Amino acid sequence: MIRRIWTIFKARNNEFFRDHAAYGWNLLFPFLVIIGFSIMFNEKQQILYKVGIVYESGPGQNLNAEKITGSAIDDTQFLMFKKTKFTEFIEFPDFQIALDKLKHHRIDFLINPDTRQYWLSTTSPKGYVVEKLLQAGLVSKDSLYTRKKITGSEILYSEWLFPGILGMNIMFSALYGVGYAVVRYRKNGVLKRFSVTPLRPYEFLAAQIISRMYLLTLTTLIVFLGCMLLFDFRCQGSYWSLLTIFFLGGFSMISVGLVIASRSSSEEFANGILNLISWPMMFLSEVWFSLEGTKPWVKTLSAFFPLTHLIDGARKIMNDGASLYDIRYQISMLAVMAFLFFMTGSILFKWNDE
Amino acid sequence: MNIILEVKNLTKHYSDIQAVNGVSFSLEKGTCLGLLGPNGAGKTTTIEVIEGIRPQTSGEILYKGKPRGAGFRKETGIQFQNTELPDFLSVKETLETFRNLYGRKSDINELIEICHLQPILKQDNRKISGGQKQRLLLAMALANDPELIFLDEPTTGLDPQSRRHLWDIVHQIKKKKKTVILTTHYMEEAQILCDRVAIMDYGKIIADGPPEKLLNEQCNGTTIILAKPPDDNILDRVSTQWIKIQDGVEIYTENLNRSIKNLLDYGIDLSTMTVRPPNLEDLFLKLTGKKLRA
Repeated sequence: MIRRIWTIFKARNNEFFRDHAAYGWNLLFPFLVIIGFSIMFNEKQQILYKVGIVYESGPGQNLNAEKITGSAIDDTQFLMFKKTKFTEFIEFPDFQIALDKLKHHRIDFLINPDTRQYWLSTTSPKGYVVEKLLQAGLVSKDSLYTRKKITGSEILYSEWLFPGILGMNIMFSALYGVGYAVVRYRKNGVLKRFSVTPLRPYEFLAAQIISRMYLLTLTTLIVFLGCMLLFDFRCQGSYWSLLTIFFLGGFSMISVGLVIASRSSSEEFANGILNLISWPMMFLSEVWFSLEGTKPWVKTLSAFFPLTHLIDGARKIMNDGASLYDIRYQISMLAVMAFLFFMTGSILFKWNDE
Repeated sequence: MNIILEVKNLTKHYSDIQAVNGVSFSLEKGTCLGLLGPNGAGKTTTIEVIEGIRPQTSGEILYKGKPRGAGFRKETGIQFQNTELPDFLSVKETLETFRNLYGRKSDINELIEICHLQPILKQDNRKISGGQKQRLLLAMALANDPELIFLDEPTTGLDPQSRRHLWDIVHQIKKKKKTVILTTHYMEEAQILCDRVAIMDYGKIIADGPPEKLLNEQCNGTTIILAKPPDDNILDRVSTQWIKIQDGVEIYTENLNRSIKNLLDYGIDLSTMTVRPPNLEDLFLKLTGKKLRA
């Protein structure tokens, strides 16, 4: 069994490394995206301010502010402030989440109209401007709000984007590298040829998964190290944790590829299905932009995608220094998805289309 | 008798098409059986069902007296009609890949020599010719030193020289007392390579036996070939079995002298006439009323 898996593993790796076009694409594309976005977002100023709103005192909110009587509805200053143009107001149910977003400049300003407090980062120029906007809306000279400062290291957009690009690269490589390749094998009769040898389906699938995991690890490592050197990105958390989340994410998306490739011998059909899955996954898994402020169903939908949990976990490790325990939810989701997709793909798999 | 394969009343349906319709035969060890028939006769479906690629609708297949088990895959070698090879691998890597999937292996140097692969060993699969590809596919089918070998139209689409190369290889396989099932629509190929032929049409075996015996039993006549074909109504009067070919017309007759006299009586120019003994093509024409490669 091991010999047969090893034989297919070697053959598949040779195919990959000799296909210079695909190999180059897997390595070059992430660099180009990171470079492109670094240039775009370093030169172009954003015109939209994001203001987070929290109501009442949540469980994570440990404030020493005085309790202020009256509700936000009666707060004229706040109501005037909410009418500010070119500013997006996002409500957060959890104060701590909102504060984390503020720390990393995902939002520019945080306000609690019930306690009449606001928070801004002293390193955020946008936060400063929003504070001025708030103050400009004062009806009375005596502001009822108490100014609170927070400190935190800013995460550049390119740094925030980096785990997303790595995740996206893993997704495309896993889905197309396994799903499309197996369908092509079936269409041109290679699978049929394998089917009359002692090679068992699970041995073939195991070899495909191991080969793709190996190639994914290798290409992701090259891209990761290259970007760390070129752009001076930081990883706040453990590299082992990062490897774990990438490994699980890669495995779960390879398994999705196996499900797609389990029966079809039509490359056109497989391509359509792969596009149908990969594009929504790319846009709804926060590769390019945060889903803060989107409708709740969008967030619910995104939770069904393995890429969402991969990127979320990777960002928490890289940007926030989270441990494996901190991202246990993402790890659990990826493990469950990997298991379910792998089992489904294995059960449905057929050598030929009859 | 040492029966290696037994097929009993095999059928295969595809929705409204009956591809295989009650095929039965048994095969002695060391025999080369040719499944002969036109395109769509059911040859490929029959051997793919026997190989285990497709499930049968009904019928029984016994290998060495038992239903096919795990040992069947280990002891059989298969060359499919249309198989692409993995991209970006060399000929040698491809052969080694398939050879390494088996516990029992042929000697790789012997395989390379038998199948004349030495000059192309380092070539990429995508850059080899049709004949070279067929030789590699044949080498892959022999990678496990199989007892039973299936060759599905191994020479279709090849030039005459490549076809003869393949025939030489099959002859060498036969010398090793291997059992071969070969499908073809080339009667010459079947006549040269096969100890026994089974002629198929519409999913049924319509004749089965050694080629010479079948011809002796069924075709006592002779074939007249005319490069300049006369009118069809004259041909109809001379023989009930004639068929136009690329270079003229073939007339099958059981009374050569009378047919020649008739042709002369009709004023036909016989200066381009050749006469040959009957072959499997004539047998097929006689049995089905149509040309084998129609």
